[in-house]
Order: sequence, then structure tokens, then C-alpha cells
Amino acid sequence: MKNKINREVPEEIGSYKGLNPFAGSAAQNIIQNNNKLKEFDEVLDEINIQDGMTITFHHHFREGDILLSAVLDKLAERGVKDLVLAPSSLTNAHSESVIKHVKNGLIKKIHTSGLRGKLGEEISNGLMDEPVIVRSHGGRAGAIETGRLKIDAAFIAAPTADSAGNMCGSEGASACGALGYAAVDARHADKVIAFTDNLVEFPVNSISIPQRLVDYVVEVDQIGDPNKIAAGALRKTADTPPKNMLIAEKVAEIINGSRYFKNDFSLQTGSGTISLATIDLLKNLMDKKDIKGSFLQGGIAAGHVKLLEEGYFKTIFDTQTFDTAAVKSMKKNKNHIEMDAADYANPFNKGPRVNNLDFVILSALEIDLDFNVNVITGSDGVFRGASGGHSDTAFGSNVSIIVAPSIRGRIPTIKESVTTVITPGSDVDILVTERGICVNPARDDIREDIENNTSLEVIEIADLKEKVEKLTGKPKAIKFKDNIVGLIEYRDGTIIDVVREVK
Amino acid sequence: MSRLRRSMLYLPGNSPNMVQDAHLYGADSILIDLEDSVVISEKDSARNLVRNALDNVDYGDIEVTIRINPVHTDFYKDDLKVIVPGKPDAIRVPKSESAEQIKKVDEFITELEKENGIEVGSVKLMPMIESAKGVREVNEIAEASSRNVALTIGGEDLATDLGVTRTKGSEEIFTSRSLVVLAAKAAGIDALDTIYSNVNDIEGLRKETELIKKMGFSGKAVIHPKQIKPVHEVFNPTEEEVREARKVVDAAEEAERKGQGAITVNGKMVDYPIVDRARKTIAYAESTSK
Repeated sequence: MKNKINREVPEEIGSYKGLNPFAGSAAQNIIQNNNKLKEFDEVLDEINIQDGMTITFHHHFREGDILLSAVLDKLAERGVKDLVLAPSSLTNAHSESVIKHVKNGLIKKIHTSGLRGKLGEEISNGLMDEPVIVRSHGGRAGAIETGRLKIDAAFIAAPTADSAGNMCGSEGASACGALGYAAVDARHADKVIAFTDNLVEFPVNSISIPQRLVDYVVEVDQIGDPNKIAAGALRKTADTPPKNMLIAEKVAEIINGSRYFKNDFSLQTGSGTISLATIDLLKNLMDKKDIKGSFLQGGIAAGHVKLLEEGYFKTIFDTQTFDTAAVKSMKKNKNHIEMDAADYANPFNKGPRVNNLDFVILSALEIDLDFNVNVITGSDGVFRGASGGHSDTAFGSNVSIIVAPSIRGRIPTIKESVTTVITPGSDVDILVTERGICVNPARDDIREDIENNTSLEVIEIADLKEKVEKLTGKPKAIKFKDNIVGLIEYRDGTIIDVVREVK
Repeated sequence: MSRLRRSMLYLPGNSPNMVQDAHLYGADSILIDLEDSVVISEKDSARNLVRNALDNVDYGDIEVTIRINPVHTDFYKDDLKVIVPGKPDAIRVPKSESAEQIKKVDEFITELEKENGIEVGSVKLMPMIESAKGVREVNEIAEASSRNVALTIGGEDLATDLGVTRTKGSEEIFTSRSLVVLAAKAAGIDALDTIYSNVNDIEGLRKETELIKKMGFSGKAVIHPKQIKPVHEVFNPTEEEVREARKVVDAAEEAERKGQGAITVNGKMVDYPIVDRARKTIAYAESTSK
């Protein structure tokens, strides 16, 4: 047959069937124009969000996020119902808005890493008809990449973007550094909408999310509150509370005595005071042994950046950036590398970075005699935390170290059995508290290193529990109703535990 | 040798968190205060809190000292009534100004020990010198009770009483410090120094600790856990000092076997006091490395 330009072409030949004749360069539904700038309402008209669809957001703006609430308000105005809200996490900034839109029927289900504040309380008290699904950062990336979590529209707050849809996280008044969580959504969502308050001329010079993934760019006055996005001031080790310093000193000594503390070791820490004090102490120990590390990763703050700049580590892999110094570093230092959540921790790809970790320092709200860790529900059974990368890094690392005070207020941290399991004890190696250090009985090698190479004593976790309970007494069990308000997914998508409605 | 008292960590007796955690930071002694850091309305509850801690917290080998209220107030007897049955290692008596006061405290503790079936004399005393009058009476105070294990000096109150302000070098209390050391040593007990109040100035703390170590103090009160390590570092003999001490002791033992009298080490004459000091250095080093 003849195609659009009058050339004779076959519809089939040999084993090739169903060949399509050329019908004009723009006849297929392909992108013709890279100017994706549109008004928000136009975008919503075009993408036509239907009842029951799944929408996502990132939480890189933490407490400074305003996009999620703004989008929910717009969608509610349009009369949409029963959405699945599946952000990378939820913070206090979202509480009011999400509660409102659950109540008015806009949101039917929630998938998240974290739940806290008023929203956590309401959900624990039975706000929703269906349980919330709690996933780790790696678990979420895995669910998206394997198609279990199908995203209809990803709304991405971009500190900087151009009209073609290239986004950058480390520039602009609302700079948040890495866009590691959003990058996964952008690759797999049906529609990707960038929102920016810093629209720059094409091209943005450092691309976090590339234009090929982006459908629309919406310019807005403000996408977040910069003061709440990145902490400005560097935390000083000298200001670390004494109890945390004591724990940090023990962690540093444990790492120093470990067989894994050698050239090219790798480390992930959070940005809490214990983590930051520990890495400060490690510097001296690395000097003494003349050791240089390979990479640091995780939530990156000024303390990590200092180690990179001073040559203690070669590389930072950054999925989530915590302060201004780290944002700046990402912008200027080629060894400070933005890493998306799938590269970081998706258990189903061919090698998430967490598997390269030697040490990870993690927190716990509760830990039990089997070393199971809870970082999601408080001593009252109410949602007040986040799964985060806890189970991902505990699994991947050679040595997972849990740091926690043995007593919070009057509540002991060590339980017979934790209220909610986020990370199974099989992946948890060491518990360090101000009152004693416990090693998982499955890790004789670690115990040996501590006993032979440090001045620290290891005690059985049951003994430490008893020691603490002598001071605090034994707390009464929390009372729950039968109703399940949360499903806790392990990183591989299996259900490791549930959260029930509180009485 | 007597027990190590390089550092004594002060903490307010009305803070449950601090009372239950104070021993975790590695200080040689903890010093739970019922005096200045506890307001009058809380004296009662603090006393009970501290007693409960004495009964229930396992402080291990650490020396637990309670600073009671001064003998001229109405509180000190109530403090002792509640605290002594909890068997603290020692009681610190603030604003000590006469042997009489110490005797009064001693007698009252004896009564309480008897009443509670505690071995008489087991609760020790540390009179605290913090006024001109206290400094003048220090020799009598040091000898006033067989319970005395240390004299301590309270720099801030003392400076106020002397009408001066403590400056960085603390020249203002130099003489008082010396007199306290002399009285303590003459009585065969320890002398323990006052606090260094700027917790962020670790270098200043180190310098002051070096000074008071030279003066003969055995330890220093600290008010923040981060002050403990620098104080210990000053008091601990250096490796070099321990090596030299070993040389001296080895040479002395060798000489004794050979029946020689005076010996020389590194070209210096070594006699009995030097050997004695070397032995003490080694014992001290051993006790700090436990």
C-alpha cells in the first residue's frame, strides 16, 4: 500500500506482520512541543483525575511542604472521591489537610512510610475505613518498580525546573537537595506534574529528574517554606546532650573494634545528635588507624559533608538532604551524588546500594528480646514515626547498630515483644544504650570483636531489660481493639505486622 | 591506696533522670546535691527521690556522696534522717566553719546508723570549706571526725565571702586552696577541688586541673559529663611517668637484693621518698586502667 508520502510499503512480509505505513511525522501520539508550562487548572482538566486513582508526592520538603495540601484542596473542589494517597512519607505539615480530606471522602486509602502528629493519632483511633499501608523507602521503590503500586499522577515539588520539565533539587529558594524519592515516581507514574517557584531558562544545569519523564510544569508563587525544608545551623558535637554523647562514644568504640572498620568501609547514619556525634568521634579513630572510608549514605547533613570534604570518605550517596550545607555540597561537589530511592534500597533490583553497607546506625522507639525493632508506634500504641530506610539498611549492612536511650521519660525501651515490628530481629545486630550494650546471639563475630577489641561489656538483652525495669517498673500492656488500622509491609511486600486501633 | 576521686560529678537531687543516670558517665564519684541546686519548696521531695535512688539504683563501684544542707539550717537533720538509712558512701557537709559542726553531724549519723542497723562509722564525711572562717578553722575541721575522708573547697561561695570575684587563674583563692590541702594532708585525708564553671572551656578546665594537681588536690568536682575525661587525663600518670616509675622501683628492688643503699636512676639520686612516690604512681596507674 502507499503511505502518506506515496511510497509503496508492505503491510506484511515474511514473518513480519502488521507493519504500519508512515502516516505523517506527528500522526502518532508523540510529544511535539517541549514547552510543558500550563496553569494548574488546565493540567487538572487534561489529566482528569478519576475516583479511585493513585496520586503521589515526595516528602523532601519535610515540615515545609505546602504542595500536598494545595493539590488535595484542588482535587476536592473538583469533586474527586476515593483516591489512594501514596506519598513517600507524611509529616506534621500534612496532618490537618489529610484528616480533612479523609473525612470529606477525597482520600480512601493511604500508603506512606511515616505517620505522626494529629494524623497518626486520628488514624490510630480509627479515622479510616481501610488500613494504612506502611512501607520502607526501599519497599516503596520496589512496589512501584514491580508495578504493585501503580501511580496515576505524581505531583512533584521542584525547587528549580525549566519549561521542558527538567527538575533540580539543589537550587532555588526552596532548595531541598536530593529528589531521590520523587525520581522513582517520575519514572513510573502515568502522569508527572512538576511544580516550581523557580522556573529557569532551559536547561536547568543540574538535573535531578529529566524532562523525558515529565508531562507538565506548573509555575507557582511558592512551593514550600524554605525555613522548614532544610535546617540552617550546623549541630555542634559539643552541644550533644550528655546521654546521647555517652551512646555515641560507645558506638564509635564498637565500630573502632570491628573487623569491618578498615580501608574503604562504608557507613550510613541518620542526622540525629547521636549519629552526628559518632561520625565526629570516628574521624579521630580513622586518623589513628590511618583508615579512609569508601562511601557515606542516607539522610545527609553538614557533618557528613565535612567528612567528604576533609577526605575521610570518597563519596556521599544522598537520597535525602537535611541541611543547607549538604544542599550546597551536592551542588558543587561531584563526589556528593544524588541517589534515587530505588538505587538506594529497592530489594528487587539487581543490587541496591544498601547491600554495600558495612555499618548502619539506626534508632528505635522499642526493641524486644528477639531484637525486633519498632520505629512506627509509640508507647501508647499510636502512630508516631516512620519506617524509613530502617529495614532496608538493617538487612543490607554487615553491622546494624541500634542506638536508643534505655528509658524515655519513665518508659523502658526494651520490651518483651515490641508493639509493632518494622525490622525483624534477624537483621538487627547490636543495641547500644547508655546503660548497656547487647549483641544479637546470631552474631558471635560481633560479640567477639567487642569483647576482644574494646573496653565495653556486652550484656544479655533480657538482663538489660530487667536492670531498666528495676528503675521504671514494668509498664502495663497497651490495650487495642480488634480493628486493624495499619498494615506493615516488610521491604519485600510481605506483611510483617499490623497496627490496631487503640482503646 | 585510698579510692580514686579524680572527678566528682555534681547533679541536682531533684532531677529523677540525672539521679538515675549520673553513674553512667565514668566519674569516680557522684555528688547528689540537696543544697544549692534544690529550691526550698522541693527539699522534701528531692530528699525522698535521692533516698529511693540509693535504695533502687545499682550505682556499682562508684562513690556516692550526698551534699546535705548546711548545719546552720533546719534541713540538715531531716536530710540525714532520710539519707543515712540509704547507706551512701559519704555525706558532704557544706559551709563547714567549725569542728563543732562536724562533730554534731558525726554524732547524729552515729545515732542513725545505730537505729538502722548500719555499721557505725561506715558513712563517711567530706567537710566543705567555703568561707573565710572555714579556711581559718580548717585544721580543726579536718581532724574533727574519724569519718572524714576528704576536705573539699567551694570556690564560688568562698570568693563571695572573701569579697572577690574569681578570675580565670583563680589567684583569689590560691592561699585558701593551699591551706585546705595542707590541713587534709596533715590529717591523712584527700583534698578535693571546686568546680570549673565554664563547661564549654575544656582547655581552661584542663589548665586549672593541672594547677590543682600540682598543689596536692586528689580530684575536682565537675558539673557536666564532658568535664570528666579531661580531668581524668590530667590526673592519670602519663605512660612516660609510669615507665620512669617502673625504672625507679626496679632499680630499688635490685639494690635491696644486693644490699645496696642509695641508688641512681638516669644519673639522679633516688632515695626512699622517690621510690615510695614511684610505687604510688604505678598503683595509681593500675587503678585507673581498671
